[in-house]
Amino acid sequence: MSDRHPMTGNRMSADEAAGVHGFERHTHDVVVIGAGGAGLRAAIAAHEAGAKTAIVCKSLLGKAHTVMAEGGIAAAMGNRWPEDNWEVHFRDTMRGGKMLNNWRMAQLHAQEAPERVQELEDWGALFDRTEDGLISQRDFGGHRYARLAHVGDRTGLEMIRTLQQRAVALGIDVFMECTITELLKDGDKISGAFGYWRETGRFVTFEAPSVILATGGIGKSFKVTSNSWEYTGDGHALALRAGASLINMEFVQFHPTGMVWPPSVKGLLVTESVRGDGGILRNSEGKRFMFDYIPEFFKKETADTEEEADRWYDDKKNNRRPPELLPRDEVARAINSEIKAGRGSPHGGIFLDIASRRDPEYIRKRLPSMYHQFKELADVDITAEPMEIGPTCHYVMGGVEVDPDTEESSVTGLYAVGECSGGMHGSNRLGGNSLSDLLVFGRRAGEAAAAYASGLGEERPYVDPQVVLAAQDPALAAFEREGGTENPYTVQQDLQQTMNDLVGIIRKAEELSASLEEIEKFKQRADQVVVEGHRQFNPGWHLSIDLRNMLLVSECIAKAALAREESRGGHTRDDFPKPSEEWGAKNLVLRLNAAGTGVDLSEQPLPVMPDELKTFFEER
Amino acid sequence: MGYDLKMRIWRGNEAAGELQDYTVEVSEGEVVLDAIHRVQATQAGDLAVRWNCKAGKCGSCSAEINGRPRLLCMTRLSDFDETETITVTPMRTFPVIRDLVTDVSFNYEKAKELPSFAPPPRDADGKRRMAQVDVERGQEFRKCIECFLCQNTCHVVRDHEDNKPAFAGPRFFLRYAELDMHPLDTHDRRQLAQGAAGLGMCNITKCCTEVCPEGIKITDNAIIPMKERVADKKYDPLVWLGNKIGLRNKDYDGRSEG
Repeated sequence: MSDRHPMTGNRMSADEAAGVHGFERHTHDVVVIGAGGAGLRAAIAAHEAGAKTAIVCKSLLGKAHTVMAEGGIAAAMGNRWPEDNWEVHFRDTMRGGKMLNNWRMAQLHAQEAPERVQELEDWGALFDRTEDGLISQRDFGGHRYARLAHVGDRTGLEMIRTLQQRAVALGIDVFMECTITELLKDGDKISGAFGYWRETGRFVTFEAPSVILATGGIGKSFKVTSNSWEYTGDGHALALRAGASLINMEFVQFHPTGMVWPPSVKGLLVTESVRGDGGILRNSEGKRFMFDYIPEFFKKETADTEEEADRWYDDKKNNRRPPELLPRDEVARAINSEIKAGRGSPHGGIFLDIASRRDPEYIRKRLPSMYHQFKELADVDITAEPMEIGPTCHYVMGGVEVDPDTEESSVTGLYAVGECSGGMHGSNRLGGNSLSDLLVFGRRAGEAAAAYASGLGEERPYVDPQVVLAAQDPALAAFEREGGTENPYTVQQDLQQTMNDLVGIIRKAEELSASLEEIEKFKQRADQVVVEGHRQFNPGWHLSIDLRNMLLVSECIAKAALAREESRGGHTRDDFPKPSEEWGAKNLVLRLNAAGTGVDLSEQPLPVMPDELKTFFEER
Repeated sequence: MGYDLKMRIWRGNEAAGELQDYTVEVSEGEVVLDAIHRVQATQAGDLAVRWNCKAGKCGSCSAEINGRPRLLCMTRLSDFDETETITVTPMRTFPVIRDLVTDVSFNYEKAKELPSFAPPPRDADGKRRMAQVDVERGQEFRKCIECFLCQNTCHVVRDHEDNKPAFAGPRFFLRYAELDMHPLDTHDRRQLAQGAAGLGMCNITKCCTEVCPEGIKITDNAIIPMKERVADKKYDPLVWLGNKIGLRNKDYDGRSEG
């Protein structure tokens, strides 16, 4: 067993056992950080392109947040509606993002998603079927046709298991429960990554010319969120510290339907499939209120009577979409308004009702995990009574600015995919477009990263042992600090409360300015954090390290939100309630400041869509 | 609404450990994981516990609650009397790393031994066709969240460390069954399941099914049918005769061993 790592069982060569700096060392062509859908897909692509590939992830393999995705994978396969094609999907995606999306990413995404889904089936995924035996597709908000390939309401689990089993079958090296704390560079090029084993607290270095960030989102900066503990913006922060830029950070998606009761599950996701499969929203007066909230932008494609809305499920040609299936930003704002107007449910949400609209058998079949979740955690039988739901922080549209074709950031050798990348979804992501995003751009990044690494030949970026030695200092600070007084859990909870209160679903200048002042105070408090115990599997210590990333991304969100003086998609300003044409033509870009203590903001024009794609948006 | 919950939590590492007492305030609707998180945030910052989704979907927070294998996030405090002390210990079948965290690498090693899905070429239009009713058998098994509670409970390995090398465990019998029942898979995996995975060591006491948080009927729908399929192949005189005269069970048409 001496050639295997004592914790992971990964094979180590003699010189890997200890680098010149004394830390455990591994050498690869491509290192993927994160093992959700995007990371796994990227690793598979890199491996298949011939690169020696490693996956490094904070949790056990197969536990990543992708398992929480419920509804499905959006792909214009045309299995239910032959009229569907990539052009319609592209148009829906751009309109859902209020035209702020990177057009090229939206185009590639719509074009390549069908083949990426089909590929999962080649690898063993078992999707629900149509009557003809093809992959079934379901309705979702913002999508003109039933387009989401799904497995009941546990599509994410199916996807991650399929990719996980594929990665294992290919023999890709997996380093589980290993957190990356710094990216390593040689001049302006990536040379590797530095981190620690959560199990032992020992440091480890990965030497690789290509690093792909696939770390997911930032939801843990907010109090009410559907996100897991891992969502601390690691990739966002690692990229910033390595010199890359972030875009679209002001756009945070509050999913309209999170559980509101009991308190311990507040924020837990209730899939949009409930509405896609016929569920509707009602206020405490029993009114189906979404008809009052149809924005001008979507009037032409949204039903304005209950009768038309109900007919749409079976006849999409002659009827328009129910307003419950507007994009998520619209529905979340409407729910928020109803609650604020005093028409909420007993526990401060509103009612999501499928019980009175579909028979119990259908509900249990189509929404098994929602049925289970409410039964087990809230004593609610969703086939017999309505659910209480409210908005929950779900997804960040913003992330690392990347080249649309290769997903490379502005730092050579550094790639970003999935939720931690930016641009694809513009100001608001459509449901179902995340899982397809992971697959499409995961594969592209994996191939590009492998090609770059192989093109280098022997001329690889060098890992400086002194830099590696220095990288351990910030990680160990919380143990070595004398006189520190702060508990990492308390600082995290206070940050979450502040972000929820001041940078939440409805924003205004005073509150955003106040949040930035608070974040500065949290930074000072984070510098005073001390942790108890030793380095072996110590969650308090892990949090003290993650906290640094959470603070940096929180600052990005608040700063960009304060600067963007308009309302668009996942960014709603009380003081600037309308979208502005001027703001619609630019992105906000964030970079680490010179001192490395915060971020600087700048404006940048949005890439202009070619004329032939513009025709998709003309009246037809 | 709120009350003070008495808990005993196992603290320690591979060398030694003991149950420690904690009293923590809890409130209505909370689950055991909430109580543990509160202990962590207020009394024992270094208390080690795995968790991710806190919604019963990722299968990370497996442990034993009052001796019963459960998910910490799906065990509601209202299942217990308010005066009752809740004891939380790590899964027993796997070596402890620290506190409630165990070394579950056994399962990941076993996963590597499984041959992967082997499909035939796609249809001419680049798609595949399967009937809903046929995929549902496999879908039940693919609900598995890999919490490894079944592996932890299975007495073949729970108290018999020496059985581990030859026994894949219920979670992986699910996987063999899933592949064997996959409408498109081209391999016949019965021999492997019986041989390398140790299916024969299971004597169907159904402990795994009892602890499955996803309610998968592991024994009835996966293990027993697999055992029957293995038995068919090995002993059934009709199958033997069928093979001789060129008739075969259609389930295995076109499948090769591997």
